[in-house]
Amino acid sequence: MTAPQQSTAMPTAEQHGIRAHSDGAGAVVPVQTRSERFCSADVADFAPVNGREHEWKLSPVATFADLTGGELDGSRTPVESVEAEGVSVSWIGRDDVRIGTAGLPEDRGSANAWSSFGEAMLIAVTGEEQKTASVTRTALGSAPRAAHTVIEAAPNSRGLVVLRGTGDARLVENVEILVGEGANLTVVSLQEWSDDSVHLASHFARVGRDAKLKHIVVSLGGKVVRLNPSTHLAEQGGDVEALGLYFSDAGQHLEQQVYVHHDAPHTRSRVTYKGALQGEGARTVWIGDVLIGNAAVGTDSYEQNRNLVLTDGTRADSVPNLEIETGDIEGAGHASATGRFDDEQLFYLMARGIREEEARRLVVRGFLTEIVQQIGSPELEEHLIAALEAELQGS
Amino acid sequence: MSVLEIKNLHVNVETDQGTREILRGVDLVINEGEIHAIMGPNGSGKSTLAYTIAGHPKYTVVDGEILLDGENVLEMSVDERARAGLFLAMQYPVEIPGVTVTNFLRTAKTAIDGEAPAIRTWLKDVRGAMSNLKMDQAFAERNVNEGFSGGEKKRNEILQLELLKPKFAVLDETDSGLDVDALKIVSEGVNRAHQTTGLGILLITHYTRILRYIKPDFVHVFVAGRIAEQGGPELADRLEEEGYDRYQVAESAVVEAAAE
Ligand SMILES: Nc1ncnc2c1ncn2[C@@H]1O[C@H](COP(=O)(O)OP(=O)(O)OP(=O)(O)O)[C@@H](O)[C@H]1O
Ligand SMILES: [Mg+2]
Repeated sequence: MTAPQQSTAMPTAEQHGIRAHSDGAGAVVPVQTRSERFCSADVADFAPVNGREHEWKLSPVATFADLTGGELDGSRTPVESVEAEGVSVSWIGRDDVRIGTAGLPEDRGSANAWSSFGEAMLIAVTGEEQKTASVTRTALGSAPRAAHTVIEAAPNSRGLVVLRGTGDARLVENVEILVGEGANLTVVSLQEWSDDSVHLASHFARVGRDAKLKHIVVSLGGKVVRLNPSTHLAEQGGDVEALGLYFSDAGQHLEQQVYVHHDAPHTRSRVTYKGALQGEGARTVWIGDVLIGNAAVGTDSYEQNRNLVLTDGTRADSVPNLEIETGDIEGAGHASATGRFDDEQLFYLMARGIREEEARRLVVRGFLTEIVQQIGSPELEEHLIAALEAELQGS
Repeated sequence: MSVLEIKNLHVNVETDQGTREILRGVDLVINEGEIHAIMGPNGSGKSTLAYTIAGHPKYTVVDGEILLDGENVLEMSVDERARAGLFLAMQYPVEIPGVTVTNFLRTAKTAIDGEAPAIRTWLKDVRGAMSNLKMDQAFAERNVNEGFSGGEKKRNEILQLELLKPKFAVLDETDSGLDVDALKIVSEGVNRAHQTTGLGILLITHYTRILRYIKPDFVHVFVAGRIAEQGGPELADRLEEEGYDRYQVAESAVVEAAAE
């Protein structure tokens, strides 16, 4: 196959009593092959955001005009880090050779951050022992900020890095993730911001030969959280597991535009994002672009998004896009489903004596913990289960 | 001495074509330890009766009563009914993704007893009940009914019956879709519950074959939303030979007309 094939997939009905639904299906058609999308590190190369651009059209752009267009504080963000042997946190200058090697901004917010940051935080992972380190940013205040982070996993290293955000923030940032040859890196980005916070982030990952990245986005708190992870499977045998979990309450906008670029032979990707929506104006957006390039023979790819709607007044957009430029692949598929909480499930549980509240919690917990269980850090899993519990109690 | 009484029960369901009357005056009394079989043609309202007893929100009771030991069941929510001692083994058990059988059973048992069961004995009870029903222990870690075969779903219903120990159980076509071995295993489970807890049973079925294993005290013929005849076990044999024709001549015309 030479011509790029695009499919703005119609959501397909799936098992689990989740019904297909067509919100937003076809709403985002890539204007061109995803890899040809314009990118630049200079904010001046982008026109001011009007909200009609394909990358912004599902986002509440007016609520963060300061981040996409205004002046940003690019000084070091205060961080609390829990380091581990083999993981170090330091600051590097804009001229560091690593910066810009994983990817470049594709939207004005990301470019604004790139143009504005002073120094980048470097999280360096070395050594073959498995270890966990975390970097927490707390109470960044209400003034607009820019940040840049580089996470570098040395060849054959292993580690889990947690980026956590709590308290107030108006933050736009870029995170570059460099996974060296044969490395096995997990990055968890955990958004637990305060109710008024806005956080725009672009993650750019480059996965080296036979390396594996597990990338997990968990968005629970914040008025607007828009986190767009892209992964470039640039070398043979690269593997990405991109997982996401979000719980949108009344008035919350949680968005993720996920992009996986298969650009070398025998690469593998699995994208699984799950979300719950509860309360008036709860809003989620998931766009999943997978591009299987010419060179990517033997690709094995599957992406899915599932949303569980708990109340009226919510909206979930779910748009998978799959472009395939080579016919010689192992497999590629996608699925998207958004469904109401199933009353028959509720009846079944209640018919066994379980109270309605608890029955709902049981089902939602079951739906979302599939992602939590894959994180690989018992403390973090426990923390997240408690956080989800708190979200559910908030009903 | 527990008793479940159904008096002059009239039930409607809302359909796209408007309101439809399905149960048209059902009277039935089940005493503790009694086994009542209900047999009737497709669409006569047997499942509707079962769901109405359990409190499914789709069905609206327009007249009549359901009393459990004199308490008004119709005023209870679905979970309250279960906690009061009613159990429905469903014709089509629901899949619950993400919730394991173990977790589900423990949560249900805790809800029904009002306190968490003692871990040690509970695990033993679950394991014992599963092995009695020839369910592989691996089912304990699977999600409730997800990917279960028809027969496995039915066993899972009886597993719950045995562990939750209700006062009255409605078994809606628990025998359908079971092969001979499974039918025997499931019937033994029902009989165990009956013998050990004095369970009262309302057994809905199309076939007399299950009645060879579970011996009914009474057989009711259910036609067009009400009980058309009742008798002893011999009535079941007669139905098997003669079918429902002799009840339906008059009734079917009414139902068909209503269904149009
Ligand atoms: N929710 C509903 N919406 C519309 N019609 C319904 C609904 N529930 C039941 N009915 C109708 O009511 C009638 C009785 O249904 P019910 O399921 O109680 O029959 P049944 O005796 O259990 O049949 P079967 O032997 O096939 O299981 C049927 O005609 C059915 O189509
Ligand atoms: Mg039925």
